Amino acid sequence: MSMPVTKSETIALAPARTGGARVLPLRLQPRPLLSRLAAVARTLAVRVIPPALVLALALLVWELLCRRAGATLPPPSAVLRDTWELIVDPFFDRGGIDKGLFWHLSASLQRVALGYALASIAGVALGTLVGQSMWAMRGLDPIFQVLRTVPPLAWLPLSLAAFRDGQPSSIFVIFITAIWPIIINTAVGIRNIPQDYRNVGAVLRLNHFEFFWKIMIPSAAPYIFTGLRIGIGLSWLAIVAAEMLIGGVGIGFFIWDAWNSSHISEIILALLYVGLIGFVLDRVVTAVATFVTHGTAAN
Amino acid sequence: MTRYLQIDHLDKTFARGAQQTEVLREITLTIHKGEYVSIIGHSGCGKSTLLNVVAGLTPATRGGVILEGREVDEPGPDRAVVFQNHSLLPWLTVYENVRLAVDKVFSGSKSRAERHAWTMHNLDLVQMAHAKDKRPAEISGGMKQRVGLARALAMEPKVLLLDEPFGALDALTRAHLQDSVMVLHQKLANTVLMITHDVDEAVLLSDRIVMMTNGPAARIGEVLEVPLPRPRKRLELAANPIYLKCRQRVLEFLYERHRFIEAA
Repeated sequence: MSMPVTKSETIALAPARTGGARVLPLRLQPRPLLSRLAAVARTLAVRVIPPALVLALALLVWELLCRRAGATLPPPSAVLRDTWELIVDPFFDRGGIDKGLFWHLSASLQRVALGYALASIAGVALGTLVGQSMWAMRGLDPIFQVLRTVPPLAWLPLSLAAFRDGQPSSIFVIFITAIWPIIINTAVGIRNIPQDYRNVGAVLRLNHFEFFWKIMIPSAAPYIFTGLRIGIGLSWLAIVAAEMLIGGVGIGFFIWDAWNSSHISEIILALLYVGLIGFVLDRVVTAVATFVTHGTAAN
Repeated sequence: MTRYLQIDHLDKTFARGAQQTEVLREITLTIHKGEYVSIIGHSGCGKSTLLNVVAGLTPATRGGVILEGREVDEPGPDRAVVFQNHSLLPWLTVYENVRLAVDKVFSGSKSRAERHAWTMHNLDLVQMAHAKDKRPAEISGGMKQRVGLARALAMEPKVLLLDEPFGALDALTRAHLQDSVMVLHQKLANTVLMITHDVDEAVLLSDRIVMMTNGPAARIGEVLEVPLPRPRKRLELAANPIYLKCRQRVLEFLYERHRFIEAA
């Protein structure tokens, strides 16, 4: 909107002739409230109506398929009926693992938060090292390439042996799951810092610390956030599986426990929550990325 | 006049494995204080390499660069560079880009308020103060180059190095920026070494034009003095016999004696 104004200013300020072009004031007409509301409603409708329709259709098919006698899975109406108590009161706590879903989810989230935070710090640090140093890359990259293919749960017995406790073991599994994409993407980001930015740093004689904070991290930020996004997704994938084996409070074990007690409806509700929270986690990391990189980190 | 910047018997050879490519051979050039010198040559003749060696970004194979009696072999703000593709940091605003340089160069000698004032002063010099809170992606190519110029000027360099600063711009914007650079050179009397492949630009802006032969192993083919008085006016020069003669000499050098064969 402001382009014409700035253009004409440039011309006006050019040294060859002064006072040439006239700068016209740019008048912005405020749009009436009604039309703005209509625009908001339109975008909302475009985003909400298609998924709502598809969802309604899917529920209908599900209901029809599972309503018949002899169906192995409950229809959505039964799921809602069976789990109504869990839905309306997620905060109850009757001791042991007999708690509301809120407590299970928050226990899982805490593990993910801790493991993921550690993975982010270590991943960015190691990725920077591998991206910056040829020797580190030659030495570490083959090891990373092999280790990253190890499935998360394969680490669990080993970490149980090492930590002799479920809590640190599950956190370790999250850590080791999330760290590889963070390392690899950070390294790519650091390696792809344009030579121009390095030259700017060199001409300004930035020291290593300044170069790291002022050039490397911002320049690699879009890549780093790609790694962080993949990492959060993998963490959330791994926690459910890890908790099934470890037991205790957590959404993973809740699902396993429900299976053992044949509460199929509870499993379905838990899956829904797991999916929604995974989605929210991904969106949070994306939002942080957009905020930090001023929108230069494209999705 | 004193010798200010000396490029002394400079050779540059790039080695990749066993393969060696000689880019520059025996470059010797002396630039005086306040002088505006252009280096012109066909693309690939190593003129950018020469600028990078002077900037300290590329090490010389033999010979070296002496600035005010001291050898320079690493980059520093005393030889600020305006890069061809502006090289502004896209995550910083226009102001912050210049401020980063000001903070680094004057961290010991200027107070916070002085550094702010100096940043704004330099943005004013290139008429970019109005866009100080914009990010590089939000301004035009010519504006980016102005900010790059402001950043370089803000370092108060002993020598200003311009690496095809107007190469990526359209003709009109280029003319505006050339005028700005002339005005700034007049005002600040800085020493400038500019790489260009534009004959008109070289003649218009320079006190001397250094013409390079084609690579590999490019040498200085000829140095031409441009005895036009300053301030120079683009329009008046168009019919000026000295201007036309200088232009003719450079064109002859580039297109008759040192034709760029690969371009044909």
